[in-house]
Amino acid sequence: MTFKLQELAIGDAMPVLQLPPISRTTLALFAGASGDHNPIHIDIDFACKAGMKDVFAHGMLSMAYLARALTQWVPQRRILSYGVRFAAITHLGDRVQCSGKVVEKLTHAGRPCARIELTAAKSTGEVTLAGQALVALD
Amino acid sequence: MIDKKHIGYAPPPILWDVEKGRIAFFARVVGLTDPIYTDEGAAKAAGYRGIVAPPTFIFGAPGDSGETMQLIETLEIDLGKVLHGEQRFDYHAPVCAGDTLRFQSKVTDIYDKKGGALEFVVNDTKVTNQLGEHVADLHSVIVVRHG
Repeated sequence: MTFKLQELAIGDAMPVLQLPPISRTTLALFAGASGDHNPIHIDIDFACKAGMKDVFAHGMLSMAYLARALTQWVPQRRILSYGVRFAAITHLGDRVQCSGKVVEKLTHAGRPCARIELTAAKSTGEVTLAGQALVALD
Repeated sequence: MIDKKHIGYAPPPILWDVEKGRIAFFARVVGLTDPIYTDEGAAKAAGYRGIVAPPTFIFGAPGDSGETMQLIETLEIDLGKVLHGEQRFDYHAPVCAGDTLRFQSKVTDIYDKKGGALEFVVNDTKVTNQLGEHVADLHSVIVVRHG
């Protein structure tokens, strides 16, 4: 990362992060790593009883992937706020792509900041997470 | 329908230890390669007190402690109908391995849409550390789907 944060401009794009297809192994490991033990993500019997065809990915997995993309672009300690809305379910085999861009420059609590719009989407283009981060540029 | 009397429900605070092995595991699963997540020397060189917790790592506390499941039971929600609707983190200070965090959460709203077909539970959590620093706030919305 060699660019200067202060020079971030509206429209600047975060490098795209393309993830491999979601696997059952990833969901099992993420359940343990994240503390999200909801069986709907790891137990097909439970998922079927709940009316789903199969287990599906934790929303927080994609939120963590999106944070990975963001922290590969800007230092983590500059992130003042990070939030998402979970817009669609991510299924097994889906390939999540994370992208983002600067949409606003502003002053927050006396600090120069950028508001970054963040998106996770499937290869079909369907948006799964729509979010934003507030990043300090000082 | 979820009884709105639960607005204001605040479970006992959670104390949660931030463990470096758990951070390393989380970093590996998610694909984080920055050594600040695994190497204390690298984290200190980057200006941190110790190995750094990734941005969403602290969401593990309410799951680990059983608080999330307890909330779902208390509100008499069918776990199979629960989806995560929104999640936000506001960061005030770094979280590092070796910290002991205190989570105090509260149900701040319960509402429904589409004539009750979708119900929403809003939970806000203040996170402080062993130094008394206010390190983060968590804002969560869970969605309960009917039909």
